[in-house]
Amino acid sequence: MSVPVYGYVALSGLLFLIGAIGVLVRRNVLVILMCVELMLNAANLALLAFGSAHQSLDGQVTVLMVMAVAAAEVAVGLALIVTLFRHQGATDVDEVSLLKG
Amino acid sequence: MNLSDAPILSLLLAVPAAGALLLVLLDGRRPGLLKGVALSTAVVELALSVPLFIGFRARAGAIQFAEQWAWIPALGASYRVGIDGLNLLLILLTTFLTVLGILSSWTAIGRHLKGYLIAMLLLEVGMIGVFVSLDLLLFYVFWEATLIPMYMLIGVWGGERRIYAAVKFFLYTMAGSVLMLVAILVLYFQNAQATGNPTFDLATLTRFARTLPWSTQVWLFLAFFVAFAIKVPLFPFHTWLPDAHTEAPTAGSVILAGVLLKMGVYGLLRFAFPLFPQVAQAAAPYISVLALVGILYGAFVALVQPDVKRLVAYSSVAHLGFVVLGIFALTPQGLSGGILQMINHGLSTGALFLLVGMIYERRHTRQIAEFGGLWRALPVFSVLFLIVTLSSIGLPGTNGFVGEFLILLGAFRARILFGALGTLGIIFAAVYMLWMYQRVFFGPLDKPANKSLTDLCGREILTVAPIILLILFIGWCPGPLLATIEPAVQQLLALFG
Amino acid sequence: MLQYAWLVLVFPLAGVLINAFFGYRLGRRACGALATVAVALSFLWGVGILAGLLNLPAEAREVHLALWDWIVAADLHVGLSLLVDPLSVVMLLVVTGVGALIHLYSNGYMREDPDYARFFTYLNLFIVGMLLLVLADNFLLLYLGWEAVGLCSYLLIGFWYQKKSAADAGKKAFIVNRVGDFGFALGIMLIFATFGTLGFREVFERAPVTLQAGGAVATAITLLLFTGAIGKSAQIPLYVWLPDAMEGPTPVSALIHAATMVTAGVYMVARTHVLFALAPVSSAVVAAIGTLTAIYAATIALVQTDIKRVLAYSTISQLGYMFLAVGVGAYAAGIFHLTTHAFFKALLFLGAGSVIHALGGEQDMRRMGGLFSKLRVTGITFVVAWLAISGIPPLSGFFSKDEILAAAYHSGNVPLWLIGLITAGLTAFYMSRAVFLTFFGDSRVSHEAAHHLHESPPTMTVPLAVLAVLAAIAGLGASAFNGFLEPVFEGAHAAEAGGLPEAALIALSVLAAVVGIALAWLMYQRRAIAPERIGARVPSLHRLLYNAYYVDYGYQRLVVRPLHALAQWLARSFDLGVIDGIVNGVPALVSGMSRRLRGWQSGYVRRYALSLVFGVVIVTTVALVMVRTI
Repeated sequence: MSVPVYGYVALSGLLFLIGAIGVLVRRNVLVILMCVELMLNAANLALLAFGSAHQSLDGQVTVLMVMAVAAAEVAVGLALIVTLFRHQGATDVDEVSLLKG
Repeated sequence: MNLSDAPILSLLLAVPAAGALLLVLLDGRRPGLLKGVALSTAVVELALSVPLFIGFRARAGAIQFAEQWAWIPALGASYRVGIDGLNLLLILLTTFLTVLGILSSWTAIGRHLKGYLIAMLLLEVGMIGVFVSLDLLLFYVFWEATLIPMYMLIGVWGGERRIYAAVKFFLYTMAGSVLMLVAILVLYFQNAQATGNPTFDLATLTRFARTLPWSTQVWLFLAFFVAFAIKVPLFPFHTWLPDAHTEAPTAGSVILAGVLLKMGVYGLLRFAFPLFPQVAQAAAPYISVLALVGILYGAFVALVQPDVKRLVAYSSVAHLGFVVLGIFALTPQGLSGGILQMINHGLSTGALFLLVGMIYERRHTRQIAEFGGLWRALPVFSVLFLIVTLSSIGLPGTNGFVGEFLILLGAFRARILFGALGTLGIIFAAVYMLWMYQRVFFGPLDKPANKSLTDLCGREILTVAPIILLILFIGWCPGPLLATIEPAVQQLLALFG
Repeated sequence: MLQYAWLVLVFPLAGVLINAFFGYRLGRRACGALATVAVALSFLWGVGILAGLLNLPAEAREVHLALWDWIVAADLHVGLSLLVDPLSVVMLLVVTGVGALIHLYSNGYMREDPDYARFFTYLNLFIVGMLLLVLADNFLLLYLGWEAVGLCSYLLIGFWYQKKSAADAGKKAFIVNRVGDFGFALGIMLIFATFGTLGFREVFERAPVTLQAGGAVATAITLLLFTGAIGKSAQIPLYVWLPDAMEGPTPVSALIHAATMVTAGVYMVARTHVLFALAPVSSAVVAAIGTLTAIYAATIALVQTDIKRVLAYSTISQLGYMFLAVGVGAYAAGIFHLTTHAFFKALLFLGAGSVIHALGGEQDMRRMGGLFSKLRVTGITFVVAWLAISGIPPLSGFFSKDEILAAAYHSGNVPLWLIGLITAGLTAFYMSRAVFLTFFGDSRVSHEAAHHLHESPPTMTVPLAVLAVLAAIAGLGASAFNGFLEPVFEGAHAAEAGGLPEAALIALSVLAAVVGIALAWLMYQRRAIAPERIGARVPSLHRLLYNAYYVDYGYQRLVVRPLHALAQWLARSFDLGVIDGIVNGVPALVSGMSRRLRGWQSGYVRRYALSLVFGVVIVTTVALVMVRTI
């Protein structure tokens, strides 16, 4: 018994939406990063679903790529957050507006 | 081993790059070591460039010491270098002035010495690259690569308004070279479309450019021309020069005036002329008028400058006006004179900046009004300055005369009026240079700060003396240089039928 | 011998190099002696060349020596090559002969100057340049020598550089000369464009064929060349630098600004006589400008009070005579006057220098007088020179001036001759005035100066004596001189005789001289006519003459100041305002726009994220709509 592809896509869309809303409404940098991860994984899920639906390996390969990149991104992102915390003493993104024009 | 088989040109590019790399690895707190490494790199480079002159066969005419490897095969870009009568002397000038530039910064650079020396050596790589490239993409890369170290030299080690001057220099030149990049790409894609064989090779594109419609040729020529005219700088694109010169450290000014400006003229001769000879011929009268305006305008504006360096900068505008007038005369003497005058200007203006730098190091001012009667305090300095001044005003017996006379003769044969107006420039050159000389060196030595000045030390004399010797040598025996240039001139003339 | 003619250049060049590098280490005496010996050796070598030339048959006296290729570019071949012929040898001997004497004189005159090595280096360098000028075998090398002597003139006028007036005068000389050189350079280019060569021999051989006699090209070439001569030889309108050049040390005035360099223009016209023969209009212009300058400068000299200025205007006037000569085709006469003038004018300057030296720097004739008994040698030699320049037979000036006047008369241009004759009278007058004011009458010397009054040392008086002998007897060699130069000026048209007989012309010119001297004697010696009264009668004329017709003032107002104002305007308003304004305007425009746009950058990351989402939504919608429509 297999779950139809639209089920995966719907789940993926839901996860993506949760992630996006999280990025927009939360102010804690750590949570924002996690929400971004959530969005990435939502996309991964969709890729896998389409891959298996089309009997193609491309989806899985891309997901592996994305996971690798995401790992690197998390590493860099966490490092940035740590530095930011040391520097500003806060993890609130609204406190960090040095790039204001 | 046969001299012309050795990959001298690649070595010329590699040596300063290696020197710069070595400097990166060295301890920045040992200035003596850093300077020693930089200087010996430059000297080795100079020594390497001499075999080019010896091995060069003036009669051959074709590209010599050529090297070619694939660089980006997918794009059809290749590493293609070689020399002929056009660039040989400029390469020698570059290696020569770099040595003097490093010598002149021996005591003048207080901070970030390591970075400074690295910038100098990287600049040398860029300049040599510009002169030897025979591939448009390679040329463009080197052309842009010279900007960065020069930008650093002005922006980090410059005078008070260094940031303004550096940014202006960078953006102005950049604006021009973007136009050139567009033109290069147009040529590239048109050629690829027409022949199905994408390449940036100059020779191939030269053959192809003839087949383009006239209007395309005009636009492309204009794009190249503006890029080069800004670099020259030709009136009215000259205003970045006085600022850059005034703010740059001594060696920066020397290289800027001595070599970087020549890249503009060289670009015209190497690329704009062969690619679009008909357009160049049609545009010659208009460009000559700009050159003439530059000659007279530069002289007039130089006359009233209160700062010696700005004065010399405007004199460069006038001198480069002569060079452009000569090459756009499209006559044998005009072209020979123009190419020779590039070298002459590099020597005499380079020496002027070196000398101004020496007095600046002592007095920390360049205002003419702050000097007066310096001959009494600095006789050796004054004599050297005088000889260079005379070279700059084209007195016979100095190198300046040979170049200027050939240029004016060439212009005169092309259009009598242009020759005559250009000759007016020699009067004004005498006016502004001698007036400056008089105000700085003659008159009573009445400023207290000037009385305690010490004359040049051995290293300083050693820095300027080679230029003085060359000034006199070229003034009396320009034969070897003119013979080197001759085949290139013949080749250029063949373009115009 | 003739093959080694280039050695004349080597001696002074060696002097330049040694004195430039080691002059101060050699010490004062050795330095001066070295410079003098170098020029003397050149002179001796010149005598040898003369002998070598005399050994050749008259028509073969033209030797071309190619040393090396100088400038070679396509069809332009200019060699560093020398031409030895009677004309250049005469000039060579004058330059080195008078030059050696003046070098010797300088040993005494510059005895107290701390900058002796620099002085002798310049002086020797001048000799090198002048020899290059007269020995050049092509126009470009001539130009090189021309500019080289101009440089030395600049350096030597401004020798006492700490004096602003001296430095100014040097600069003025150089720049005014450059104006003339502008024409000269254009002339050279036109010659090359016409003949395809710059060699004298080739140009002169081809000229009669290539150039149409009286044609525009021939006229243009010769007028342009003459422009150069006007500058170098201080003719109207470019003479203004020469009076100021008197700021230089007196030996310099004697050597450069009287005897040799300023005559280069005459030499050049004589050298290119083949071209001038083809351009009658130009020759007429030369003669007219020469004559005009002669009388013009003579009138100014009438009222000057500075002894060197009198001599300076006198030099301008005498140069005018020489141009009159070459303008009417009497080239040999012009060169002959050049030679005799070199003797007596150098003598006058050196004599004046001796007086100035004796008076401790005083140059104003109003504070001299009665010096003849104190300065015996100077006085006697000065009197010889005075009589020579006034044209009293049998001194040299009489012969050479008479030749010129006769040639002017026979050329059929009587007004020129008449003006020349009047000028001769004026010359006699102002020179007599100078002599009476300086050497005779009551002493008006200041007490302090009188105390130190002394005759100059032998290094100064020996040259005076030698020059006095030459100035006295040189005229006797007139016919030999003309015969020697004859082959050079072969083509020059001889003036046809007619009108007044020769004797009458001679009588008239002697009469003019005598009248001039007598008048001056009456005014300044006997005081029968007080000069002050005449001056008071026509004060405006006196002021006009005294200020040299306000020409300098006019140049200052009409040329120098407007050009300077133009330069100021270009530099301040146009270059910084307009051109740089446009350049800086573009980035100003861009940064103005970006200033408006940067309000969008709030710096809040979440706002960026929100706009990101909106962007995605918009792009997706558009994409979907487009897919639907396809």
